[in-house]
Amino acid sequence: MTTPLAIAGVVIREFYRRKDFYVLFVMTAVLTVVLGSASFFNDRSIARYLKEVCLLLIWISALVIAVTTSARQIPAERENRTIFPLLAKPVSRWDVLFGKFLGCWAAAGFALVIFYTFFCAISSMREHSFPFLNYFQALWLHWIFAGVVISMALLGSVVFAAPSSNSTICFVVIIGILLLGRHLNRIALTEPPPIGFILSLLYYILPHLEFFDVRDLIIHDSPLIAWWAWAVASLYGFFYIGAFLGLGWIRFRRLSLQAS
Amino acid sequence: MDPILSIENLRVEYRSADSKQGSKLAVKNLTLRVQPGEVFGFLGPNGAGKTTTMNVLLGFVTPTAGSVRLFGIDARDPQSRFRIGYLPELTYYYRFLTIEELLRFYAKIFKIPRATAEKRIDDLIHMLEMDHARTRQIKTYSKGMQQRAGLAQALINDPDLLILDEPTSGLDPLGRMQVRGIIQRLKDQGKTVFFSSHELGEVESVCDRVAIMHQGELKKEGRVANLVGANQSLEQVFLSIIAA
Repeated sequence: MTTPLAIAGVVIREFYRRKDFYVLFVMTAVLTVVLGSASFFNDRSIARYLKEVCLLLIWISALVIAVTTSARQIPAERENRTIFPLLAKPVSRWDVLFGKFLGCWAAAGFALVIFYTFFCAISSMREHSFPFLNYFQALWLHWIFAGVVISMALLGSVVFAAPSSNSTICFVVIIGILLLGRHLNRIALTEPPPIGFILSLLYYILPHLEFFDVRDLIIHDSPLIAWWAWAVASLYGFFYIGAFLGLGWIRFRRLSLQAS
Repeated sequence: MDPILSIENLRVEYRSADSKQGSKLAVKNLTLRVQPGEVFGFLGPNGAGKTTTMNVLLGFVTPTAGSVRLFGIDARDPQSRFRIGYLPELTYYYRFLTIEELLRFYAKIFKIPRATAEKRIDDLIHMLEMDHARTRQIKTYSKGMQQRAGLAQALINDPDLLILDEPTSGLDPLGRMQVRGIIQRLKDQGKTVFFSSHELGEVESVCDRVAIMHQGELKKEGRVANLVGANQSLEQVFLSIIAA
């Protein structure tokens, strides 16, 4: 475990030394604070809209950070040829892939903690309540979502050569799953075979990322999610993280190290 | 004595991207052994198969046939690389790290205890005269300094076998002299050095044995003193082999 953790440390160091991350980070934090602290006629329902906008902003930023950070990790190693001195050490390709995952996941987790801290502070000040456990559940599930997205982007990065094409495909797939994933089985029923069959297959194969999106529960001050459901959703996420990393490793272990 | 590095009937074939061109044979049935404490020069013109052989040694490329063992362990096993140091031809390091951070990172990979690692980092930075640049990011280094950073990372684990791919490439005369000095010092410490170079004078002065490759085949191998006659230089021997 020392090697993946050491590799993760380098990913985190790169993450906080890159200027583009700070732009996104500061922009989201400032917009969250400004939107969260804006007052419109002291109307409680407006406060809910503001919470919704803040959470949407956090979701978009976290998605951008997760995808853009992870999509370029392995292509950059190959392009800059830093992979050569690294693999000349007692490091396996699995160590590289898993270390990259841990680094990106930790970085995404760090960004989420900051975003949610801002959001919780502002929302608590507005509503004079602090449902810590609800926020914790939302943050945790969001982090698992980030893990699934990062592992998916890492898999994409060993399949597609260019980080830009990988990022674009990841964004399209993830947004497609978030918007259409839960409806695919119903759409499948209205389509003739084989399209109907393919859609049904996709419904069961693709990860249902909407399971991790509990924004509505936070916005409408719903009670806590049952802990068993929370645990099952976490396990479901870990399953997909493992599956994507496993597929990524199968592809990466035979991949030529020369950047194409 | 068991060889520290042994290559048996190594064959590496690359499939061409263009299917009409078929495959390219980069290394043909290469057999080579390097004994502990030797400085071994691996020579050949460009495209001779030297880099491919090194890539197999380091586990970057899977051989089509044959076996490669380091310290008796299959070169594809990452454990075989615990006691080796590798310096690539060009510097490929994380440009956003400082030399200290880079060496600490590699020390962690080799599981070197923290106190030992810190001492070794200090010693290496001092030996390579990089004290003034230890907190600067690698992207700000000159080419010569980057090459020295490369040497530092190759020596972080105090390796028993050092694999150097054209270590003096692109260095000024002072840098070359420094690298030669380091190789000589490692030799005096009983370390094994396996290196490729186009600087034949340099090879002649530091190597115990050499192997000359051409078009993927081993053309000549032996002690420098045996290959070089009384009125011949290694360069003349090399050119006669290549011309033949």
